[in-house]
Amino acid sequence: MSTLSERILGAPAGEYVDREVDIAFAHDGTGVLAREALREMGVERLPHPERLRLIFDHIVPANTGTTATLQAELRGYARSAGIELSDAGGGICHQVMSEGVVRPGMVVVGADSHTCTLGAFGAFATGVGATDMAAIWASGATWFRVPETIAVRFSGGLTGAAEPKDIALTYVAELGMEGATYRALEFVGDGVAGISMDGRLTLCNMAVETGAKAGMFHADAVTVRHLADYGLVTASQKPEDCRYERTVDIDLADIVPLVAVPHRVDTVREAEEVAGTHLDQVFVGTCTNGRYEDLARFARIVRGRKVAVRTLVVPASRAVLARTIATGVLADIVDAGCMVAPPGCGPCLGAHAGVLGEGEVCLSTANRNFKNRMGVGGEIYLSSVATAAASALAGEITVPEGV
Amino acid sequence: MQGAGPAVCLGNDIDTDIIIAGRYLRTKDRSVWAEHAFEDLDPTLAGRLSGAIIVAGRNMGCGSSREQAVVSLREAGVVGVIAPSFARIFFRNAVNVGLPVIEAAVPCTDGARVAFDLDAGWVEVGGERYPARPLSEKMVAILRAGGLVPYWRSCR
Repeated sequence: MSTLSERILGAPAGEYVDREVDIAFAHDGTGVLAREALREMGVERLPHPERLRLIFDHIVPANTGTTATLQAELRGYARSAGIELSDAGGGICHQVMSEGVVRPGMVVVGADSHTCTLGAFGAFATGVGATDMAAIWASGATWFRVPETIAVRFSGGLTGAAEPKDIALTYVAELGMEGATYRALEFVGDGVAGISMDGRLTLCNMAVETGAKAGMFHADAVTVRHLADYGLVTASQKPEDCRYERTVDIDLADIVPLVAVPHRVDTVREAEEVAGTHLDQVFVGTCTNGRYEDLARFARIVRGRKVAVRTLVVPASRAVLARTIATGVLADIVDAGCMVAPPGCGPCLGAHAGVLGEGEVCLSTANRNFKNRMGVGGEIYLSSVATAAASALAGEITVPEGV
Repeated sequence: MQGAGPAVCLGNDIDTDIIIAGRYLRTKDRSVWAEHAFEDLDPTLAGRLSGAIIVAGRNMGCGSSREQAVVSLREAGVVGVIAPSFARIFFRNAVNVGLPVIEAAVPCTDGARVAFDLDAGWVEVGGERYPARPLSEKMVAILRAGGLVPYWRSCR
C-alpha cells in the first residue's frame, strides 16, 4: 500500500535511494552552468545521451550578444555530446516534455523548479540545480529522499468561469508557500476524472509554490488518451489505500475566480475583491497557462472585441502555436489587438520581452508574483486565463462571466 | 565542519529571485552574481556578506532552481546559511557548491557573532547553543569534499 512516489522510487517515505533517471533535461539558463560543471568534473562522454534533452526557452530568441554566445556554445555542446536539442521557438521545456515524451512511472529530473509539472502523467518529476544535473548526465542516476505525501482530494466539478488555475490558487493558499516543503502532493478523489490533461499540468505546475518536491496525478483514462494521441500505449495506475501525511479536501463546486496579489503566491483573494485594480499589462502564457486549452479559452472571450491594455500572449510550444493557427484561435487573439511572442517563457522571469517598468501593474497567468520578478518596481497579480481575458478587455481586474 | 562570523539577518520566504535577479543570470562570470546578490532587497547587503553567516527565516531560498543564487552567496564569501527550514532545491544546490547550510531555529541580531558545528550538530548565538538537524551521510560527504564537482573527482 504505497504512495505514487514510494512505488516509483521503490522505497518507503523517509528513505534515501539512488535511482537511475529516465529523462534529464536542462534549459538555456541552467544548461550553461551544467556544461561548466561537466567541464570542471572532467567528464567527456555521457553514458546515456538518449535520455537527455536541452531545451531553449528562457531567453528566446537571444536578447544580447552575451546571451547569443552562451546559447551558441551550448548548441555546439548538444551536437557534440549527442543530446537532442529543442532550439529557440520550440517551446517551454515542461510543455515540450509533455508532448509525448514523459510517460507514467518514469523518473524525470529537470534543471528547473517547475519540473513538477510533469507529475501530471503519474511520473515522479522534480527540479534539481545545474551541478546536480551535470552529475546526473555524467552518471545516469542521482539520489533522492523518498518524500512523505500530502493528498489533495477533489470532489465535485468546476462551475461558472472557474478553471484549473483557480483550483491551483486554492490549494496553494490552503497549504501556504512552505506547507509542503520536502513532500509530494497527490491529487486524488472523484473530482480528478473531470480535469483535462492541460488542467492537470497547470495543477502540478504550481506544486513547487507550496515547497513540494513533486505534484502528481495517477495515470487514468484521460492520461492514456492524451498519450495515445502521440502514438504511445500506456496503462492506468490504480490508487492504493496508502498512508498520506495529511489530506486537504477541496470541493471544486465551491471555487470561484481567484487572484494572487503582490507579492506572495499564497496571498489569494476572490477576483471580486480586487476588481477594478488598474492594469498596465496582461500576460497570458508560461508553463502554467500557455497551453492550447488556455489560448482557446482566452480567444473565446476576446473574439470580436478589442483589448483595452497592452496584452502579451505567448504560446507554450510550437505545437501549441501551430494548433492555434490551424483552428483560428490565433487569428482571434491577434484581431483583438494582442501581441503574440514566440513560444517560450516570455517575460515571466523578468529577463526580456515584456518586463515591467517602475510602478507598472501586470495581471499574469504565470505561477510567481515575487517582488521585482518581472522588473524592478513592477507589481504582479496572478490569475486564470478567463480572468486575464476579461481583465484585458476592461483594462482593469475584472471577474469573468460564467461560461 | 565548522564556521563562525557576524550574522546577517533575513526574513521568511526569501526567494531566489531576490537573491539574484533574473536580469543577471546570463553570464558565466561568477563575480557578477556576488556583486549583485540581494540587490533588489538592499543594495548595500552584498558588501556585508564576506565572512558573514546568513541567519534567515523559514523557507529560505524558495522559488526558482537557479544555482546562481547559492553561487552568488559563496562567491561573496558567506560562511554558511542558517534557517529553520529551506526550500529543497536551494538546500541541495548549496551542498552541491560547497556552501554549508544548517537547519536550525535561532534568534538573530545583525552583526552578532554566530558559530556552527555541523558535525556536532549545534549553532551558537550569544553564548547559547541550539540544536541543528543532521544532514544525510551523502550530503555530509559532498559538503566535506567542497561540493559535488570535487566530490565527483575524488570518487573517480
